[in-house]
Amino acid sequence: MAALLEVKGLKAFYGQTQSLYDVGFEIETGGITTLLGANGAGKTTTLRAICNMVRCEGVIRFDGKDMTKLPTEEIVRQRIAHVPEGRGTFTTLTVDENLRIAAYTRRDKAGVARELERVFAYFPRLKERVQQQAGTLSGGEQQMLAIARALMLGPRLMLLDEPSFGLAPLIVVEIFRILRRINEEEKVSILLVEQNAALALDLADHAYVLETGHVVMSGPSSVVKNDENIRKSYLGY
Amino acid sequence: MEQFLQQVASGLANGAIYACVALALVMIYVSTDHINFAQGEMAMFSTYISWQLMSWGLSFWFAFILAVVLSFILGVVIERVILRPLHNAPVLSIVVVFIGLLAIFNSVAGAIWSYLIKEYPSPFPKSSFGIAGVIGPHQLGVVLVTLIVLGLLFAFFRYTPLGLAMRAAAQNPQMARLVGVRVDWMLALGWGLAASVGAVAGIMVAHIVYLDPNMMAGILLYAFAGALVGGIGNPGGAVLGGFIVGVLENMVAFAGNQIEKATGIYIIGNGEKLTVALIIVIFVLTVRPAGIFGRVVVKRV
Repeated sequence: MAALLEVKGLKAFYGQTQSLYDVGFEIETGGITTLLGANGAGKTTTLRAICNMVRCEGVIRFDGKDMTKLPTEEIVRQRIAHVPEGRGTFTTLTVDENLRIAAYTRRDKAGVARELERVFAYFPRLKERVQQQAGTLSGGEQQMLAIARALMLGPRLMLLDEPSFGLAPLIVVEIFRILRRINEEEKVSILLVEQNAALALDLADHAYVLETGHVVMSGPSSVVKNDENIRKSYLGY
Repeated sequence: MEQFLQQVASGLANGAIYACVALALVMIYVSTDHINFAQGEMAMFSTYISWQLMSWGLSFWFAFILAVVLSFILGVVIERVILRPLHNAPVLSIVVVFIGLLAIFNSVAGAIWSYLIKEYPSPFPKSSFGIAGVIGPHQLGVVLVTLIVLGLLFAFFRYTPLGLAMRAAAQNPQMARLVGVRVDWMLALGWGLAASVGAVAGIMVAHIVYLDPNMMAGILLYAFAGALVGGIGNPGGAVLGGFIVGVLENMVAFAGNQIEKATGIYIIGNGEKLTVALIIVIFVLTVRPAGIFGRVVVKRV
């Protein structure tokens, strides 16, 4: 089966500084893949490169289609949902508006209404706060809102940038449980970037390890998880 | 008492104009963090367009609508052609561009239509409109028209998907792109809408201040004061601030006249109205930079 997302020889630059040198990986349709690595390894940059939010060179193919020439807005229209670092909440809009803006690119009203129901089934907490200004939500709720907003796009691929960041352990467990359900029930493929390697390896079926802009190793999660050397050298636990 | 009511009413009419221009300023400010100094001159230019259309035989309201539409297009074109290439330019460059636009509009209007002051008609019937002794027909008409325009804008931003997209783009452009909003076009649309609202203000005020290329200079200052009073990043506040400044300037002049009448000492009068606006600007910036309605956004992390 062809890969849903194929990345080859990816280089990325911030001004004069090169931050990715040679990143390549594949995501299977329906799979959960995780990018691991230390701070500054290039995990977030890789996600940003996929959405063309940073200057980059190389091959990025989604469903066989070249993505590198498209602007961010068009890549999103291919139904790639990006949940960015820091959650990207529209703080002055209400929860309801945050969700509706995510369906901005969709023209099927009935589908959007159904999606909203499904989203509230995953995140009942958001339904209680639907008219509240999104900036007043707690960190965990804002992370839920960010994932819910990604779902409203009706995505085929979800890019998640550190969904556990700054959250209490219990909330993290809840969010990761929901992510697994979304993957299984909505058939959404997931590319997950995480600092918390143990957590990510539990969820993902495939893992790539980045170091200073290179992929240094990859393999099925179970293999990576049980490899003492990798754990000690790259994952720090 | 009647005099007092008259002053309040004419303050509200002026305030409605300031509210429109203040809103135009704020609409561009919230999405770009820049104050468009050329906003007033753009409104003046739109007013000349409507005058030209009327002199070609169109009725007032038809010329009004056409001028508003043309202003919208002009606003969009200015953003796309002049400001888009300056996307990453330093603030000072953009300020210079705004001042350049101001000078260009002013002199082009003068070159086409001359600097001679022109009379500008009022579309509102002289009799049977307004409340005798309190508010004149044109003043009442101005208040009504601007309220309708402001109401339409509010509904647009609050209830339509495009309005929501524009608010999202202004609030968090990067994230707006990630949900598929074409942020560049939202900015251009914002410029178009600001130019349209400015056109409404210009056309409504032209009957009062007469039509000439410098007609909006003072009004821009009042509008800026209004926007500051309301909190420069808050559209609703800017509208209220515009009305407050309009009434306040009249009240100050009115109080000055009363004092002069009672004591014979001239302290302040109609001549110092513009000073009131400047004092408001300085006062707000030093005492309460966020404005009266400037919301402090509550964030829990």
